Amino acid sequence: MKYYSYFPGCSSEATAKGLGLSVQAIAKPLDMELIELDDWTCCGSTPYGSLDEREAILVAARNLALAEKTGVDLITPCSSCFVTLYGANLRLKQHTQLMREVNEALAVINLEYHGEVRVRQLMEVIFRDITPEVIASKVKRPLNGLKVAPYYGCQMVRPDYGFDDPEFPQSLDILVNSLGGEAVPYPLKNRCCGGSLIIPEEGLALGLIRKLLENAVENCAQCIITPCPLCQMNLDAYQSKVNSKFKTNCNLPVLFTSQLIGIALGIDPISLGLNTNIVSPSKVLDYISRVKQEAKSGT
Amino acid sequence: MEPRIGVYVCHCGSNIAGTVDVEEVARFAQDLDSVVVARAYKFMCSEPGQDLIKNDIKELGLNRVVVASCSPTMHEPTFRRACQEAGVNPYLFEMANIREHCSWVTEDKQEATEKANALVSGAVRRVYYHQPLETREVPVNANTLVVGGGIAGIQAALKVADSEHKVYLVEREPSVGGHMAQLDKTFPTLDCSACILTPKMTLVGSHPYIELMTYSQVEEVSGYIGNFKVKIRKKARYVDEDKCTGCGLCQTKCPWKVDSEFEAGLGKRKAIYTPFPQAVPNIPVIDKEHCAYFLKGTCRLCEKLCEAKAIDFEQKDKIIEVEVGSIILATGFNVFDPTPIYQYGYKRLDNVITSLEFERIVNSSGPTDGNIVLKDGSTPESIAIIHCVGSRDEKYHEYCSRVCCMYSMKLAHLIKEHTEAEVYEFYIDIRSFGKGYEEFYNRVQNEGTIFIRGRPAEITNIAEKPEEEGKLIIQFEDTLIGRQRRLPVDMVILSVALEPQPDVEAVARLFNISRSADGFFLERHPKLDPVATMTDGIFVAGCCQSPKDIPDTVAQASAAAAEVLAMISKGKVEIEAATAVINEKICSGCQTCKLVCPFGAISFEEEKEVCRVNEALCKGCGACVGGCPSDAISLNHFTNEQIVAQMEGMLV
Amino acid sequence: MKNFVEEIAATPGGENIRACIQCGICTGSCPVANEMEYPPREIIAMIRAGMRDEVLSSNSMWYCLSCYMCTVRCPRGVKPTELAHALESMANQQGFRVKRTRTPAMYRSFVSSIKGNGRVHEFGMMFRYYLTTNPLAALKMLPVGLKLFLRKRMPLIPKRVKGKEDLSKLRQKLGEIRGRQ
Repeated sequence: MKYYSYFPGCSSEATAKGLGLSVQAIAKPLDMELIELDDWTCCGSTPYGSLDEREAILVAARNLALAEKTGVDLITPCSSCFVTLYGANLRLKQHTQLMREVNEALAVINLEYHGEVRVRQLMEVIFRDITPEVIASKVKRPLNGLKVAPYYGCQMVRPDYGFDDPEFPQSLDILVNSLGGEAVPYPLKNRCCGGSLIIPEEGLALGLIRKLLENAVENCAQCIITPCPLCQMNLDAYQSKVNSKFKTNCNLPVLFTSQLIGIALGIDPISLGLNTNIVSPSKVLDYISRVKQEAKSGT
Repeated sequence: MEPRIGVYVCHCGSNIAGTVDVEEVARFAQDLDSVVVARAYKFMCSEPGQDLIKNDIKELGLNRVVVASCSPTMHEPTFRRACQEAGVNPYLFEMANIREHCSWVTEDKQEATEKANALVSGAVRRVYYHQPLETREVPVNANTLVVGGGIAGIQAALKVADSEHKVYLVEREPSVGGHMAQLDKTFPTLDCSACILTPKMTLVGSHPYIELMTYSQVEEVSGYIGNFKVKIRKKARYVDEDKCTGCGLCQTKCPWKVDSEFEAGLGKRKAIYTPFPQAVPNIPVIDKEHCAYFLKGTCRLCEKLCEAKAIDFEQKDKIIEVEVGSIILATGFNVFDPTPIYQYGYKRLDNVITSLEFERIVNSSGPTDGNIVLKDGSTPESIAIIHCVGSRDEKYHEYCSRVCCMYSMKLAHLIKEHTEAEVYEFYIDIRSFGKGYEEFYNRVQNEGTIFIRGRPAEITNIAEKPEEEGKLIIQFEDTLIGRQRRLPVDMVILSVALEPQPDVEAVARLFNISRSADGFFLERHPKLDPVATMTDGIFVAGCCQSPKDIPDTVAQASAAAAEVLAMISKGKVEIEAATAVINEKICSGCQTCKLVCPFGAISFEEEKEVCRVNEALCKGCGACVGGCPSDAISLNHFTNEQIVAQMEGMLV
Repeated sequence: MKNFVEEIAATPGGENIRACIQCGICTGSCPVANEMEYPPREIIAMIRAGMRDEVLSSNSMWYCLSCYMCTVRCPRGVKPTELAHALESMANQQGFRVKRTRTPAMYRSFVSSIKGNGRVHEFGMMFRYYLTTNPLAALKMLPVGLKLFLRKRMPLIPKRVKGKEDLSKLRQKLGEIRGRQ
């Protein structure tokens, strides 16, 4: 059993409900004990740092200080929370003056931070600590060659503290294959979905999302998987807007990586939050069970 | 004789005097034991400065001299000579470095002066214990070894051999010529590369004073300047060189095809082959790893067809031992492989090629007979040339490869000469520094090549517009306009960096020379001694020292030859006297010193059961002194007495 | 008073700015380069030219979506993404109001939601954002918002956490520390 301190991120109870539910659901079967960080507050993400960098680091540091008390690695499923917390941690460790200032402020709420926390992304933990081989051995419902386009997004593989190759990542492809799926070649798999610009600059972001969806369809994907809450929302919830703006008719289910892992582990759809996906994943589920049926009945 | 010490503190203009109170240091020195005179002077290394020392030696009967100035690597020889000219043994001289170790590392005047005092005090106490030493002279063997048969090695070999002294020219490939033989035309004159190279190659192959050993590699080097012993492995060609007439029938008829290294992998050669038609020597080689006889025991067609009966499958490698006085390394460069730059699509996308591959394509004796064609055989209508691939990039090579701007423009010119294609040069800076280079740039611009300032972000085949379908699309910022643009082209040429050979580390160790941070061989001094290395008697020439064009390579090769000829002409060489000495009475023959010596300067004498130092090889590093458990070994000019005195002087 | 280049070089994120060779690979890699008033490379050139006001009032950095492609590809180790965020913070703290971008408004709604709840309440954030920028645009968002709500991904009531008070105390203390400096 591996123990981790768990930082869900604000969206995992809202727009990324599917992520929040599926991560909790797959933890036990994968021998991971995720202990939610008590009284965690928002990491700040890009917006806070863009308005007030000093205050943003302080906000992030509160969570780091809480995590340090647990003595185990702090993991988060959200790519943006990862970059924010890891980045704040790195900066604090590199600038002693900043660390002093932060600790002076944290003292007011009876906390202190010494730079001992290791911040990790959930996918990296699954890949390195749990490993695709072990996951493959726990698969109860192999995906039977389901064609999956693994979408990495940006912040899982870049900046230089992202794990996996920034130009040609492979970890999710390997993971998909270990679940019995087929990771299709997906040239734009590490290109930006538009991120938070979907709100203030919708037209621009929709253009980026469209390219990603088209590229997946061109490569015969039956679904896209992604680890990041914002990427999932952009690709899933805004798919209809892409269709109406560009007169396309894309209907591609977009699952969280943890949801796909959960399906392969034999967990039921409700526990994985598959009913929260906007573009219905029923085709995917039907495909997997149909193939299983055919295999059973020998057709 | 009682030591009478003279101390001279140099101002070095404001380099020292700007931080150190040199007059104060001179006053301080005057009060030290055994110091007869202490002076401060503006520039000790100048003639009047040296005269100061010489006059004081004569008039005040000095027999020890201390100069407090710059680093010994700068002027120790200068002051030693001055002492010698005035009749004092040069080893009775000591330098205190109050510049690089003092005035140049602090701005605090008090701190600097205090340290200068300490350094001078140390030097004065040390020099008290100096002993006169004599340098030795060793004869110089008049033979020379040149390693590498590219244009650098060829030029160096010819220049030395023309003096009627013997040169061994060792080349690892079956023929001399190097990378220059692969080029089509050379910038800026557009001389045909083969046309200017092959006469020199032929000369080297027939020169009475050059022993050409191709398909050979140096295996072992021992000895020291003037007296090197080198073991060369002459690999078996499986063709008898004396019998072969160079008719080429074996090559034509051999049924086994292999990717040709000379054609940069774009064409084929046979298992028995000469790398290119003008090869020198024109004797083929059998590639053991692809020959059916060696792999399966079959075929032997070449043997059957050869009228001269020159094929000899039983031939063995030969080890040849030579003795030379100097060695010139001219081992050349390797071409950067852009595969790791994923976003440029090399080996992933069709029609993305390197500059060297394009040289072979445009060369009329190349794999496409000089026709510029795409992979499917059609003619490209647009070609992009991307500068700085692998160069000027902290992820690959931080340095600039110097020649790529020029060769890129040359390729653009050749494309315009052979086709109607549109040519785009993507650059960051244009480096056209040489004679006729800027004029060439002007010419290429006027021929219609379009220069775009912007390092491409990526090359992709994912089209976003109809006109991009089926093309390679370059995404970049046109920095002079300030907008991101996409440009569809048919072919992309990557102007790749020049990098050190893959075995450069092994070769450096073999010859015991250093490398600089960029991986190339290290010259003794970047400005004032660019062809010598820190290892006496071993010189470097050409791209193995750093990327350069043909004019500079040839100049450097001639320079290395000149240094070698100077040595040969003098016939002897002086060996530094600060070497280790073994007291045979104390030595127990444990051989720890031999183990520790990085220069292989110590040998064990069986009969006496003691170790002995080869003074010519010894560099005076002192490792053996530290290693000896019985204190049997001491270092001339660095005795325990001297070192302890120096430390006491500095600390008291 | 330090000049602008020195100021940026001393700011975390702007350290390597002097090493830039203006090759343009950052702009070439940027998915939104042509939307910016001045693309990343030009912003660096402007900083080095001391054009403080033009840089801090431009909308360029507000378009950065932190994809980090520029940082990965820069041959000199400049970090344009971190630089962009440092410039955003500087511009905001020093009162530069940027036209031609709605991103600052969205970021303000985001941060205000954190201050009010301790965590981001997405519905509340969106509500406030549209209210302060363009209420009519909210209507166009309705279909997506509705779908999210129906799939239980858009809770209307925020979850307030105890940590919210902690954050408030932290802000106050930082204000004190800043006041001293």
